[in-house]
Amino acid sequence: MFEHYLSLFVKAVFVENMALAFFLGMCTFLAVSKKISSAIGLGIAVVVVLTITVPVNNLILNYLLKAGALSWTGLEGAENIDLSFLGLLSYIGVIAAIVQILEMFLDKFVPALYNALGVFLPLITVNCAIMGASLFMVQRDYTFGESVIYGAGAGAGWALAIMALAGIREKLKYSDVPGSLQGLGITFITAGLMSLGFMSFSGIQL
Amino acid sequence: MGIRNTLDKLEPHFEKGGKYEKFYALYEAVDTIFYSPPSVTKSMTHVRDGIDLKRIMITVWACTFPAMFFGMYNAGYQANMAIADGFGAIGGWRETLTMALAGSHDPASIWANFVLGATYFLPIYLVTFVVGGFWEVLFAVKRGHEVNEGFFVTSVLFALTLPATIPLWQVALGITFGVVIGKEIFGGTGKNFLNPALTGRAFLYFAYPAQISGDSVWVPADGYTGATALSNAALNGMEGLHQQYSWWDAFFGFIQGSVGETSTLAILIGAAVLLLTRIASWRIMAGVMLGMILTSTLFNFVGSDSNPMFAMPWYWHLVLGGFAFGMVFMATDPVSASMTDRGKLIFGALIGVMTVLIRVVNPAFPEGIMLAILFANLFAPLIDHYFVQANIRRRQKRLASLAPAPTEKEAV
Repeated sequence: MFEHYLSLFVKAVFVENMALAFFLGMCTFLAVSKKISSAIGLGIAVVVVLTITVPVNNLILNYLLKAGALSWTGLEGAENIDLSFLGLLSYIGVIAAIVQILEMFLDKFVPALYNALGVFLPLITVNCAIMGASLFMVQRDYTFGESVIYGAGAGAGWALAIMALAGIREKLKYSDVPGSLQGLGITFITAGLMSLGFMSFSGIQL
Repeated sequence: MGIRNTLDKLEPHFEKGGKYEKFYALYEAVDTIFYSPPSVTKSMTHVRDGIDLKRIMITVWACTFPAMFFGMYNAGYQANMAIADGFGAIGGWRETLTMALAGSHDPASIWANFVLGATYFLPIYLVTFVVGGFWEVLFAVKRGHEVNEGFFVTSVLFALTLPATIPLWQVALGITFGVVIGKEIFGGTGKNFLNPALTGRAFLYFAYPAQISGDSVWVPADGYTGATALSNAALNGMEGLHQQYSWWDAFFGFIQGSVGETSTLAILIGAAVLLLTRIASWRIMAGVMLGMILTSTLFNFVGSDSNPMFAMPWYWHLVLGGFAFGMVFMATDPVSASMTDRGKLIFGALIGVMTVLIRVVNPAFPEGIMLAILFANLFAPLIDHYFVQANIRRRQKRLASLAPAPTEKEAV
């Protein structure tokens, strides 16, 4: 069992890296990677949010939305109800709500972390890596335990990628990039070359 | 001083306002091949050393020669062995030239092997040099930076990592990607974050896998197929490997593989020079070795029934595939590696660990050193960042402890 979870985690971090294998969460990946310190802040926020939202969405899916998921209510005909068409809507709602609650919670109880994360926390609501992880969870039929591990792994992989990108971009400050490529242009090329480096994991069967 | 005079005579044409003003970078490149640049500081405290970037690069270039010459010999040797076994020689101008110079396909004749290998390697190197040089000069002229010998290193390393039979147009494409996307768009030597030679090779590897990996590309003989030592070990285990080669075969380099990577001995000769002249960092090499030894030993202990690569001991990992070549020439690239001392150890170890990991665990790629180095390149700046921050914090602490305790007034 432990081995299964470990391989799922490693797979989510490296083999199926959210940013560099699926190119999800690009907007924040490119926008907030100028400095290592802010990249770390955002990375941690993504890990926390993913570790919470994927399991919660897993519960929502299994006990509310899936075909026949409502049969635990014991209502007549509940086993015939299929609400999965509400999937996208509920997942994004859950993500937005959880990010809000998390923000208020941190503001009240861990102000230091709240200040460190700053604007990144609300930004995460629109990070497609978060949504993507929930959708992958649905597609692959993860159990609750698996979805916790998968969420943490996907977040850690994304955080790792944005930290590496921030490191490279801090180094690239001293480069002499042609005018027309400066800024986002070279960052896109950098991200592409990074995913070339991450190709080393493609094909690993875990 | 004939050269100096000629160069001085030519110089006005290339200066601002001269006829060939645009090509100053070319003039400067030729000038500094022969002489140290004339611009030196006049003020007092300054280290003046004969060994500048250009000398460093030329030294690295020269250090690849043992591997290069042995590689040419071995490419021919492998082909002649196959031909002696009854496979046909690949015809064309190479055959004509080999016959004219060596007269036979005798695998016992060093000269015949060398000539045949050279007819494969030299065109590859020539194309690399001409096409890559074209981009280098184009960017230098257009963007006004210097052409420097870093390109000699990139081109020879790129050419040495290719199999002998690769089509020349792919060579041109690969070095173009490596030089332009891997280096020049970041502003040239010293400003890139990936090793340009490996970027070009990785591009070819993923774009045209049929011509750069597999069983039939390594030996230039008609219809010959034979697994490389690494893929043989992955298929048949250490037993199969021992039947194919002895360890000494692999150490001296009489095995199949890319032109420059086969002989660990020749590469170690280059490594010795690089380490003695302190051009390559011993920390990176030590890190790669340690990472590789630890990971492979770990795999030896864990063991696996289904994956024979688990059983490969570290001294085989060292001599097979491109491990030695990557460790000595690619990982130590000062631009794309970590810069801090302890960072170099970590950076090297990451490469060593990743190489074994890819070789053993990833069935898609029999060889892992290329991708491992590219992967470590990505994290080199981040590793540096942490060590620099740690140094800063330590010094601040030291400063704070040295400073006199604040008086009561200040503390309030």
